[in-house]
Amino acid sequence: MTAMLELADVTKTFGGVVANDKVNLRVEQGAIVGLIGPNGSGKTTLFNAITGAHPIDSGSIRFKGREIATLLCGEIARAGIIRTFQQPRLYRRMSVEANMAVSASIRTASFGGLFRRGATGAEARAAELLDFVGLAAKHDVPAGDLSFGQQKLLELAMALANDPELLLLDEPTAGVNPKLVESLIDRLKEANRRGLTLLVIEHNMPAIMGLAEHIYCLAHGRLLADGPPHAIKRDPRVLDAYLGAA
Amino acid sequence: MRSALSLTPARLLLLIALLAAGVAAPLVAPAYQSQATELLLFIVFALAWDLVGGQMGYNSFGNVLFVGLGMYVSAIVQVGLFYNVGLYTEAKGGGTAFVFDAPQFLTGLAVGIPAAALASALAAWLLGSLVLTMRGHYFAICTLGLGIAAGQIAAGIPWIGAGSGMLTPNPPADLGNVGVLLYYLALGLAASCAASFAWLLSTPFGLALNAIRDDEDKAEAMGVRTHAAKVTAWVIAAAFLGAAGAIYGNLVRFIDPTETAFAGATIGVWMILMALLGGKGTLLGPIVGAVVFQLTKELTWTYLIGWQRVALGLLIVAVAVFFPEGIVGFVTERFGGKRGRPAPEEQAP
Repeated sequence: MTAMLELADVTKTFGGVVANDKVNLRVEQGAIVGLIGPNGSGKTTLFNAITGAHPIDSGSIRFKGREIATLLCGEIARAGIIRTFQQPRLYRRMSVEANMAVSASIRTASFGGLFRRGATGAEARAAELLDFVGLAAKHDVPAGDLSFGQQKLLELAMALANDPELLLLDEPTAGVNPKLVESLIDRLKEANRRGLTLLVIEHNMPAIMGLAEHIYCLAHGRLLADGPPHAIKRDPRVLDAYLGAA
Repeated sequence: MRSALSLTPARLLLLIALLAAGVAAPLVAPAYQSQATELLLFIVFALAWDLVGGQMGYNSFGNVLFVGLGMYVSAIVQVGLFYNVGLYTEAKGGGTAFVFDAPQFLTGLAVGIPAAALASALAAWLLGSLVLTMRGHYFAICTLGLGIAAGQIAAGIPWIGAGSGMLTPNPPADLGNVGVLLYYLALGLAASCAASFAWLLSTPFGLALNAIRDDEDKAEAMGVRTHAAKVTAWVIAAAFLGAAGAIYGNLVRFIDPTETAFAGATIGVWMILMALLGGKGTLLGPIVGAVVFQLTKELTWTYLIGWQRVALGLLIVAVAVFFPEGIVGFVTERFGGKRGRPAPEEQAP
């Protein structure tokens, strides 16, 4: 069986810096996979490579068996891969509601579909998602006026409203009210039960350990270890990388 | 967004009143007919500029390209349907050889205006596919160059009169006051422009344009077909600019390649100023801006002759300093802006 996402020997260098060095990674359909590693280990670079934000030097990235390494950013998104950003990126001058509306179903709509009003049930779903992330009362506020944590949550709600097949989350719990983190994890698990596959970068160890079924650990651009959370937690290489031992 | 554009009964009434005033204007104030026609065309210029510059965030300094193209295409069609264009321009359009009777003149307009819209739309599609891959300042400078280049090219083509320009067909005397006809054409164009933009901005397409303005890369990463949306917006704007240019050409009668058609320093700047003055990125803003601008322009041209450019310069400075969000932006912020609704109050047990 082919994996939903399969990276083989993905390498990306910036000048002399090797940001990703022959990274191999598999995300099975319906899985929740974690990606951890110290700062500067190349996690976000890997996300950029998968989503087409920059070309890779060598290697292969397959999405549902199809090579996507040479596709453009928008084509990859329309194929079904959506990401969130570490620093939330929103349509800052548009209202929270409009941010949701423009994210919902726009990916799968034909270009002509853009000229039809009132998409099917998208509004109800957007309202429900906003309610979940606690932004229902802010529906007509410009997204740029939200706090960092709220922006983070809105971006997540937008990504869920977009209804991708594979969602890449770059530190979804960073900056989010700790009281909300647990329900956020539950929500992601629920979305996963409904068929969403997740690849998650996270520094919040308890969060990622509770969420992911399989975790990859990067360090200095190389894949250090991978395995189920309990094994990763005790892996001496991972501990060394995080604690800075030789 | 949706609420700002939805048609409440009060707004509908206001709209009907405005349309009625527009229809009645030539009868009530015939002395200001050509200024009013110009105003209606300015509204189209400002709205069309704002669709791309305000709603989509692509500041074009070369929209005058589509105005001028429409002007020439319409004039060429109006003449070419009945006479040899080259001979017509060579004779400076005058003389007894080039007479247009009423059916000829009206047919010319009926074919010329749609042809102008079509030609400008086509030009926007061809140029947009290339130019709209540029962003920010690069796009602005490139479009500025396009507008200037178009004027220089037009000034070098003898067939359309080269540097000495071209006259639109002389309206036949038995048609009476053609100015009234041009006024109603401009009114129809301005109304259909505002109506179609109101509709466009209420669709997901309008949201996609705003998304491109706020963060194009994000929109792309969310699967929005950004390039197709950008080109489509430019094509729509260009079609309206072309049609408005066609009417404008017939209003001023004499088409100078750089002073009337591709007049970057006047119309090209004015349309941006009008949108900024009224409020960039709003539907109402460009309309309000065009009205205020036209009033200021006509008043200074009448009472401050010699100082009109200074007055215009002061207006630009005043907008930049006091109304960075434009008149409409200023008013919405001051009176009932979007501040979010207060959190629901706790129910007493």
